[in-house]
Amino acid sequence: MKTKNVMIVGVGGQGSLLASKLLGYLLLSQGYDVKVSEVHGMSQRGGSVVTYVRYGEQVFSPVIDRGEADFIVSFEVLEAARWMPYLKEGGVIVTNTQQIDPMPVITGAATYPADLVKKMKDLGVKVDALDCLKLAEEAGSSKAVNIVLLGRLSHYFDIPEEAWDEALAAVVPARFLEMNRKAFTLGKNYRED
Amino acid sequence: MGNENRRLLLGNAAVARGLYEAGVCFISSYPGTPSTEITEEAAKYDEIYCEWAPNEKVAMEAAFGASLAGRRSFCGQKHVGLNVAADPLYTMSYTGVNAGMVIGVADDAGMHSSQNEQDSRHHAIAAKVPMLEPSDSAEALQFAKLAYEISETFDTPVLLKMCTRVAHSQSVVPIGERTVPVKEYEKNIAKYVMMPGNAKKRHPFVEERTKKLTEYAENCPLNRVEMGGTDLGIITCSTSYQYVKEVFGDKVSVLKLGMTNPLPVQLVRDFASQVKNLVVVEELDPIIENHVKALGIPVHGKDLLPMIDEFSQNLIAEKIGKSGLLPAELVPVVPETDQLGEPIPARPPVMCAGCPHRGLFYTLKKNKCTVLGDIGCYTLGAVAPLSTIEMTLCMGASIGAVHGFNKVMGSESEGKTVAVIGDSTFMHSGMTGLANVAYNQSNSTVIILDNSITGMTGHQQNPTTGYNIKGDPAGKIDLEALCRAMGFERVRVVDPYDLSQCDEVLKEELAAEAPSVIISRRPCALLKYVKHKPALKVDTDKCIGCKSCMRIGCPAISMKAGADGKLKACVDPTLCVGCGVCQQLCPKDALEGGQA
Repeated sequence: MKTKNVMIVGVGGQGSLLASKLLGYLLLSQGYDVKVSEVHGMSQRGGSVVTYVRYGEQVFSPVIDRGEADFIVSFEVLEAARWMPYLKEGGVIVTNTQQIDPMPVITGAATYPADLVKKMKDLGVKVDALDCLKLAEEAGSSKAVNIVLLGRLSHYFDIPEEAWDEALAAVVPARFLEMNRKAFTLGKNYRED
Repeated sequence: MGNENRRLLLGNAAVARGLYEAGVCFISSYPGTPSTEITEEAAKYDEIYCEWAPNEKVAMEAAFGASLAGRRSFCGQKHVGLNVAADPLYTMSYTGVNAGMVIGVADDAGMHSSQNEQDSRHHAIAAKVPMLEPSDSAEALQFAKLAYEISETFDTPVLLKMCTRVAHSQSVVPIGERTVPVKEYEKNIAKYVMMPGNAKKRHPFVEERTKKLTEYAENCPLNRVEMGGTDLGIITCSTSYQYVKEVFGDKVSVLKLGMTNPLPVQLVRDFASQVKNLVVVEELDPIIENHVKALGIPVHGKDLLPMIDEFSQNLIAEKIGKSGLLPAELVPVVPETDQLGEPIPARPPVMCAGCPHRGLFYTLKKNKCTVLGDIGCYTLGAVAPLSTIEMTLCMGASIGAVHGFNKVMGSESEGKTVAVIGDSTFMHSGMTGLANVAYNQSNSTVIILDNSITGMTGHQQNPTTGYNIKGDPAGKIDLEALCRAMGFERVRVVDPYDLSQCDEVLKEELAAEAPSVIISRRPCALLKYVKHKPALKVDTDKCIGCKSCMRIGCPAISMKAGADGKLKACVDPTLCVGCGVCQQLCPKDALEGGQA
């Protein structure tokens, strides 16, 4: 099997490390060779962050390059647009519709581009956009945005639901498991209105 | 994670596992991205004594002491940390070791979290010690273990070089058992006392050792040839190997070097003789390339590939693809991708909402201070809209430099120039600079940003926090007492959330005709024990859209158009921690809640 690539992008502090941990656990449990590349240090402080998850028979590079991603899982719309050139032809962007202004926008040095989801779709990119913050709050915590997104991503994977659930149980604290299960299901079953 | 003997481990966690299996008993390190997790992960093994030292030099000396005493030891640091520890390193090369000693150093090509992009291999060459470079987590574990065998066999400290992509990538690792070899300590003045008479006898040993290590490099498990297509041969190491395999698979032949100092001679000659064209693929400096050239072998390297930044598969595919060294059918395809037709605003890192440094930097900006900065989260004080820091060089340089700056500028600068340095950085290298201010008497104002933790690297304890690496109570250095003991009569403490207090104290200390220390004290807002207030709310009837609250550059505040189309302040409730600094700037009391 050819190596598959999942990028997780967002704003430092949004919880992308947990998402990559869950995916890593899941894919290893399915018998794949797996590499996960993370970002630590200064860029974690509210900057644009990206995590690469690669799996297949034998994975070499730990990073995903332009035009290689099968999936981009994005915690924030501007970040989805920023990393879109990394999507391969026919790939899918699963994105939270939340917008977080970067500092150049806050200071007025730049403007946050309007209608990004529509603009990406107009280029022929498959974009699955959902309000994860709303669904996470519905599940019980605004912090569960990452799990809502993974629930949505699971929709595109041919991996049994029990395996996802086992991975979820392995990476989230037991006392938050039920809430996260709910978040996962809300993401998975989301239907565009 | 994973089944019992096959785990998905971060490169740094794999090194820690290797240290555990190699029977390491003592680890002393200073945190630094991307090296920090080696020591953090090792500290989870109860069998290994681990500590954060005040700086890398102290850490390396402590690890040397443990080796001398007969226990395998380790010290870890980032690339620039090895500069600090270079002094003991270069002479430990002469003394050699008793029990095995390995030095972890993590380079940061691409400068994800560093002030320069230096190549640590130069240190290995200059200090004449072997260097191993793993290319994934499995090798990180194997090489860490093998490094101790090499250390004891050849009587040398061994450098284990990581890079960001190996340190911070997880890959699958088979794990093993721990065994603990122990040596007796024996008094040996000729070997361990490096005064000239003894050192002169040890230098020939060092040169002889390099010869033996070169022989070892010719035929050791660290270096391997993977023959494939012979149109192109690639010599590579570290993470570059992974990119090469990703692009070319077995279409080219590869000499993969796991030991990058000393480099093999015959192995390189033999490999070169079996391929039509030869390219060295290595990040940063042309060290392997220069070695091959010195052997008189025609080779490509930095004529095709950049000396700056990290590599990736597309970069290698593109640069080698268009080099003309490959037949057309082997030239890799670089994918074309879609772009939006408009600019995407950058998202640079910023100080967090509630960061205690923000109020202090606002005060410095308001007073039009010249701020000489240091290494830590607070380097972000150089970023708009605060744009306050005017110099950042290396750990401790703020205090060293403010002294020289004020000495030559005199009264022109003394009343408006400050050094800012974090608590951990102050412990690392700031104390000696402060001693210089006290001793050589410059009228300097030094501000210690005491957020009670080592922040940037992800919350490590330090000598001022009162806790050790395991979170247990430990010695605690009293910053005020320390500064007074050095001779500072003016030592002030401020709360950076209190803007009027910061302003008042700063003005007094800048005006004073004596050197002074201001300690700006408030724990990092991300610390788990810090209790936050509820998010502030904007009363849009009161808000006049004057943007006063925007001057502090808080990521939680933005301006949004209200129902009447007028811009009003807007606080993001998912980010705001109610620190109340913005409230103190609002002329209309439009921000409600918080601590003010």
